[in-house]
Amino acid sequence: MDFVQLVVSGLANGCVYGLIALGFVLIYKATEAVNFAQGDFMMIGAFVCVGLTNAEYMGLSFWLAIPLAMLIMAALGYAFDWGVLRHMSGQSQTSIVILTIALGFILRFAAGTIWSHEPVSLETPFAGQDLRFNGIVLGIDEIAIIVVTVVLTALLFLFFSRTKLGVAMQAASQNQLAAYYMGIPVKRIQSMVWALSGAVAAVAGILFASKGAIDPSAGLLGIKAFAAAAIGGFGSLPGALIGGLIIGLVEPFSSRYGPPGVSQIAPYAILLLVLIFRPGGLFSQSQKKKV
Amino acid sequence: MSGADDVILRVDNLESYYGPIMAIRGVSLEVRKGQIVTVLGANGAGKTTLLKTISGVMDPEKGIVVLEGKEIQGSEPNEIVYKGMVHVPEGREIFPLLTVAENIAMGAYTRSDKAEIARDTEMVYSYFPILKERMAQAAGTLSGGQQQMLAIGRGLMARPHLMLLDEPSLGLSPLLTEEIFGIINRLNKEQSVTMMLVEQNAAVALSVADYGYVMELGRIVMADDAMTLASSKDVQEFYLGISEGENQRGQRRWKQRKTWR
Ligand SMILES: Nc1ncnc2c1ncn2[C@@H]1O[C@H](COP(=O)(O)OP(=O)(O)OP(=O)(O)O)[C@@H](O)[C@H]1O
Ligand SMILES: [Mg+2]
Repeated sequence: MDFVQLVVSGLANGCVYGLIALGFVLIYKATEAVNFAQGDFMMIGAFVCVGLTNAEYMGLSFWLAIPLAMLIMAALGYAFDWGVLRHMSGQSQTSIVILTIALGFILRFAAGTIWSHEPVSLETPFAGQDLRFNGIVLGIDEIAIIVVTVVLTALLFLFFSRTKLGVAMQAASQNQLAAYYMGIPVKRIQSMVWALSGAVAAVAGILFASKGAIDPSAGLLGIKAFAAAAIGGFGSLPGALIGGLIIGLVEPFSSRYGPPGVSQIAPYAILLLVLIFRPGGLFSQSQKKKV
Repeated sequence: MSGADDVILRVDNLESYYGPIMAIRGVSLEVRKGQIVTVLGANGAGKTTLLKTISGVMDPEKGIVVLEGKEIQGSEPNEIVYKGMVHVPEGREIFPLLTVAENIAMGAYTRSDKAEIARDTEMVYSYFPILKERMAQAAGTLSGGQQQMLAIGRGLMARPHLMLLDEPSLGLSPLLTEEIFGIINRLNKEQSVTMMLVEQNAAVALSVADYGYVMELGRIVMADDAMTLASSKDVQEFYLGISEGENQRGQRRWKQRKTWR
């Protein structure tokens, strides 16, 4: 029964990686830039929620704090694109990447200053509760993470396939110039993608903090999520989630059954294998233009 | 014949640059409501650049663009599409991973009148039945000709008063070119969409156009009725590939080459 518990906790971790990876891919697809601060967005999202709901801060209801934290993170994402990146058009991808790395440092520093560098735990209504049946003990928090991720994924799927804005986001990422010709306000759409990835990062952060503690360096987890995104092909949203789940599952199993230390290397070993045997990632989409 | 109010587009002394390179060197032209106007010219003459500058994809350094009485130079394409002008770019530029239906829907991005959009979607499918058949297919898997039809159909969804078409015949077989130009002509007559048409294929462009301009090195060097242009010696020789008698030719060539380079 050990097995089921490992699977559930692996999936729960994987969901968090997957959601951060989703943020990477969203921004990469829309703007062809990699946001290396995505992990730090996740961390800030968690701290914002802590600030809103924990008793020593504002003490708002947890259920109110979640949408508020998502909104605040969406605003932060929008503002960063609108206020900073939009003035960088024409600059190289490298300078944008460096900018996002710098943003990560700033966010880590800001979080440490505002909320201290000590680990803080998010006060949730279901903290520490278990679900027991047939001798299996599953944390409610882990089940909640999986359920929330499934629901969020379904909502995102509906958003991208059914709404005008969602389809326009896809259009702008597939052919920016054509979108521009059709009167789609590409720059505003890109800012909205940043907002969306900020909101997704907030959810990831809240989920992450609800099953443990959060501290300003938690964003470094973004590196694993980056590997997850690359495993998925860096251009595919389902790929990012599945990449996250793969890494999430491999970690607990390799640390349980493998020699010591392997679990730290495993995510990157898998990334290496994927890159060798399927350089485009597991879910690469090919798009060719016909003449 | 007609007053200034049936001029749908007026371009006056337009200049556009790519960095230090001056690609449009003081172009002035007019398009009248209901007409098909063609702009002919060799590779690199600046035809695409001219359309981009008119549709707001590029900003001009100098000059004005007047659409239905309002100056629009320097506006963003989303404002210009909203005002009734759409640019169907060179080389199709569809959204490859979206379905045909989604591509068409994106053409109506600047509109919100649902019922009208649905009616126009049916109108587009009635002109391009193959697109209706392939509605659910990823647009990137269409053939080149079908992609061109999709690009035109998507442009129509903006309900344009004026459509800028950049080389719709590019890469198409003569038969398909005929077909597409037939549809362009019908759209012009039946849906009263004014067309400004850039083409390398002068023969087919002049066959549907009312009026034509010839561009060389960023300037308009000739402007006349399509019929007159089609019978002009310069156009015949350089764009229609009809050569004249030998004696005259040597001299004329030399003279024309000077304007050519
Ligand atoms: N992005 C660019 N940067 C620099 N120069 C450019 C750019 N695009 C076009 N040019 C130059 O501007 C001039 C006009 O190009 P344009 O594309 O408008 O020609 P065109 O008439 O459309 O040619 P074609 O028939 O081959 O499409 C050319 O000399 C071209 O080299
Ligand atoms: Mg061109």
